[in-house]
Amino acid sequence: MSAPSTALRAGRDPYHMGHVPATGEPEYTGHGGGGPAPKRIVVGYGFWIFILSDVILFSAFFATYTVLIHARNGGPGPRELFDLHNTAQETACLLLSSFTCGMASLAVGRRNLLWTEITLALTGLLGVTFLILELHEFLGLVARGAGPTHSAFLTAFFSLVGCHGVHVSAGLLWLGTMMAQFPAKGFKESIRHRYLCFSLFWHALDIIWIGIFTVVYLIGFLTP
Amino acid sequence: MTLLGKLTWQAIPFQEPLPLLSGAAVLIIMIAVLAWVIVRGYVPYLWREWITSVDHKRIGIMYCILAGVMLLRGFIDAIMMRTQQAMAYNAPGFLPPSHFDQIFSAHGTIMIFFVAMPFVIGLMNVIVPLQLGVRDVAFPTLNSVSFWLTAAGALLVNLSLVVGEFDRTGWLPYPPLSELTYSPGVGVDYYCWSLQISGIGTLMTGINFVTTILKLRAPGMHYSRMPMFCWTALASNLLIVAAFPILTACLAMLLLDRYVGFHFFTDTGGGNSMMFMNLIWAWGHPEVYILVLPAFGIYSEVVSTFSSKPLFGYRSMIYATMAICIISFMVWLHHFFTMGAGADVNAIFGIASMIIAVPTGVKIFNWLFTMYGGYVRFTSPMLWSIGFMVTFAIGGMTGVLLAVPPADFQLHNSVFLVAHFHNVIIGAVLFGVFAGYTYWFPKAFGFVLDERLGKWAFWLWLIGFWVAWGPGYVVGLEGMTRRLQHYDVAEWHPWLVLAEWGVLIILLGIVAQIAQIVVSIRTRERRRDVTGDPWDGRNLEWVTSSPPPAFNFAVLPDVTDQEPYWDMKARARELGQLTRPEPQYEPIHMPRNSPTGFVTAFFAVVTGFALIWHIWWLVLLGLAGAYATFVVFAWRDHDEILIPAEEVARLDRANRAARSAALQHRQLRRESQPESHE
Amino acid sequence: MQLAGCGRAQLEPAGPISDAERTILLDSVVIMLAIVVPTIALTIGIAWWYRSSNARARRQPDFVYSGRVELLVWSIPTLVIIFLGGIAWISSHDLDPAQPLPSKRAAIDIQVVSLDWKWLFIYPKLGIASVNRLVVPAGVPLHLTVTSASVWNVFWVPQLGSMLYCMNGMAGSLYLQADRPGVYRGLSAMISGDGFADMHFDTDAVPQGRFEAWAASTRGAGPALDTRAYEALLRQSIDAPHTYGSVRPGLFGDIVMQRLPPGEGPRGGVADVRPVGLK
Repeated sequence: MSAPSTALRAGRDPYHMGHVPATGEPEYTGHGGGGPAPKRIVVGYGFWIFILSDVILFSAFFATYTVLIHARNGGPGPRELFDLHNTAQETACLLLSSFTCGMASLAVGRRNLLWTEITLALTGLLGVTFLILELHEFLGLVARGAGPTHSAFLTAFFSLVGCHGVHVSAGLLWLGTMMAQFPAKGFKESIRHRYLCFSLFWHALDIIWIGIFTVVYLIGFLTP
Repeated sequence: MTLLGKLTWQAIPFQEPLPLLSGAAVLIIMIAVLAWVIVRGYVPYLWREWITSVDHKRIGIMYCILAGVMLLRGFIDAIMMRTQQAMAYNAPGFLPPSHFDQIFSAHGTIMIFFVAMPFVIGLMNVIVPLQLGVRDVAFPTLNSVSFWLTAAGALLVNLSLVVGEFDRTGWLPYPPLSELTYSPGVGVDYYCWSLQISGIGTLMTGINFVTTILKLRAPGMHYSRMPMFCWTALASNLLIVAAFPILTACLAMLLLDRYVGFHFFTDTGGGNSMMFMNLIWAWGHPEVYILVLPAFGIYSEVVSTFSSKPLFGYRSMIYATMAICIISFMVWLHHFFTMGAGADVNAIFGIASMIIAVPTGVKIFNWLFTMYGGYVRFTSPMLWSIGFMVTFAIGGMTGVLLAVPPADFQLHNSVFLVAHFHNVIIGAVLFGVFAGYTYWFPKAFGFVLDERLGKWAFWLWLIGFWVAWGPGYVVGLEGMTRRLQHYDVAEWHPWLVLAEWGVLIILLGIVAQIAQIVVSIRTRERRRDVTGDPWDGRNLEWVTSSPPPAFNFAVLPDVTDQEPYWDMKARARELGQLTRPEPQYEPIHMPRNSPTGFVTAFFAVVTGFALIWHIWWLVLLGLAGAYATFVVFAWRDHDEILIPAEEVARLDRANRAARSAALQHRQLRRESQPESHE
Repeated sequence: MQLAGCGRAQLEPAGPISDAERTILLDSVVIMLAIVVPTIALTIGIAWWYRSSNARARRQPDFVYSGRVELLVWSIPTLVIIFLGGIAWISSHDLDPAQPLPSKRAAIDIQVVSLDWKWLFIYPKLGIASVNRLVVPAGVPLHLTVTSASVWNVFWVPQLGSMLYCMNGMAGSLYLQADRPGVYRGLSAMISGDGFADMHFDTDAVPQGRFEAWAASTRGAGPALDTRAYEALLRQSIDAPHTYGSVRPGLFGDIVMQRLPPGEGPRGGVADVRPVGLK
């Protein structure tokens, strides 16, 4: 009458989950039974979740852009405004910078300070070039009277591409900080974890750029 | 451009007695509390143990305290609104429209963002790592930053009472009304910036908990052995990660419209205000599930504990939870059926909204079957749970009713709708956090709350809620729309007066809750929870002492079954002694405290305030300060402290001794009274 | 017939749309109560019967799973939802606001503009307009085209049926009908600023003959609703009902297409509106 519930004692499967709970050693079945994961996995995983949330932020801007693409307010549309040569150069900068970022990851793995700094500097340089090209495009549009306050389409364009640019700028700030941290702190575990997060961020920005390049510039050229 | 942007002395409402006096009262109370703290010498303790703490238990408690304080502020708004509407039949009432509009906007904003969210997040903070059998969340310092940013947002909203104004557009600032043209004041800016700041905090909480629940669990704790509260916490935090970026983007767009003349949602320039509706509700609907899913998890814990029975249908509860999680992203259009999307679109979203009722109904039935065949104890957490089941059944029903588009065509934005969402938010979320804090209070603080006052609080809240919001359904069906500062329909008046009485009954309930806390603290020695398991609990949080040591567990538990603690206890009771021998105590590394969270939040408040008032140089300073805080944190050489093995041993041995004594005592009692159920 | 204490609104329909909507409302509630009432009774009953002091209750501490119970608890809500979903699909199509009402009489066109904080009703084919009072013939379908001059509002006459959003730059289409003569309360169902609470108006449904007489007496009398008069209406104010004897052709179209700019919002940065000749 007062016996505690025996339903959940080891060896039974009262909820019909399909596996019998084991006694003794926990098995590493991939179902998470192995105990807390190591720090590197936890840090990388958490940052990856952050990147997913950032992708959702971008999707809101992408969605808004596609809704507002025809709201020209009597002004110019994508075909009249976009210079695909500039876009190609920006893309080349970012893709190359992802490559140099990957090289920096290798250098960090080798604990080689010189090559870490060099490849990081190259990454930064390419990132800055990208930003200059983008700023140049923006200023050109504003000078032509096609600034973001002119129409909803332009608002959406400047905001989506600008949001990416703001992320790149933040990334560059982070990059600069890391370039200072490696000489100061060496290749401590926490610094390497931080760099792992940075490289995830940088590569993710590159992927977002491919989305922008496709949806805004390429498809824009096909849009009346 | 002046040095202080738009800020002038006129921002302070010298001519308006109500905000001026209430602001002054709050300021005096704050100064008095601060003075008391300083004079009694509590500042070093508070700084060391609470403000700079990165311990999930401390952070969780601070979240709950923030929520409780803001509940009082939001409730005062509610009293003012009810009083205004009770008075304003063919009369102006005591609140002119500009005030009334700010009050209902502040009420909604505060209740959702600074009461419900912090309460739910606070309880998850305290309990989830304990239930998972680990020492802390994945990113403890980030956790502290999250809390302090939430507090920063709350501070900014309250600042708007005395410096400037709050927004007048409702708790969701629909454009074009919220655009600069029609809301030229700082109100909407206060709203947007405080939510952007606290939104960052919430997003980081989401990331933190998803990582913790998926990557940090005790050895042997497969997904299928996690407590139900952790499953619902997982679902809720997945929703946070997926939904909050949409809110951030949407508010950023509104801010860009207001600050630099963009045309996202403006009437002119091709802006599309319907886009705001879609974005804000694509966030808004998951938001309410972010609130309610952890509450459902609390009910699962409470009902199974106080039925002395495992949760019925654990597997289908998981399916139901994850189904709710996913479907909640597919129903947002039901918030604007009357915007004219057409029959097909309306019908699809209506049906999707109804489909969510299925897993919700399953959960209710599973709780019923948990009680079935058990030994039900009517403690106050259990009363809150039963009160929830009854109240929520009606609230859910009105929700499904509103999901039928043609019904919604006659009920949208009416007081019927307002009654529905108060029904589900108070009935499910608020009752849930009340059950939760009563249930877990002994774990957090080491003594049990006074049961009698707890029961008074429950009955007053339950009765008060129905007296306050039953009339809402009635006047909603009499054609009353929401947010009316005055009206001339005679039929509505008696119901609104009745609603006022309901709110006063709830006020008594809140008084009972405050009294409960005060009385319990005063008599805490009598109510000590010596063993750490005052309720005969079932999950791992009850393994620890009350309150748990900083490191939670001396040795991470080995989990071999669902309801791991119950299993351990059952074996211990059979044997008459603790199942595990004293472990080999080792020193434990714990994350070091850090002022990062507090300092970041300070700069966030500075930056937010500066942005609201267009003080650009201060914005730059605030951002630079925030960046500097990040750099200082990143430059730390030592990020852990070591708790020596002797300390671990001392704390653990004390708990083991208390539990052994309780086991012996129980053994003796059973031998002398074999018929009693224990 | 007025149900005492019920207020003349959704539950006392005066037209086919609101009548159908009331039916759906009540039917859905009854269907759901068939589940909700037993559930509430079961909740209280089970909790009370299985209280720990009840010696008569049969305890089953191992009852944690049952395939049959699972089937039951998943299928009952599912069946109810399938049923209600069917109702939702069919009724959404039948009661689509933009769907014309079947009638032997031709629909009368009325253009609705929500302003801060009043309603403008234009009768394009009759060349007249009215502020804050909607006069309509009873028994004739009303084809309302709604828009806003500035911020969102929602056109709603509960006794006639569905509400619809009024948004600047957009024209929403709504068909309603008043079956019998009477005065029906109308309001805005969306906060639109400080004067929002005063945005109620009377819908006067009158017999066809009286309607034509009213239209005839209004035409030519009173001010003209030209661009200047409209711009005066754009300023934030709360107005008493009045009429216009003529309407500039294409005015509504210009408002919808934004050839006439939207309202300006509060003057001087602070809204401080006093009612202008309230009734």
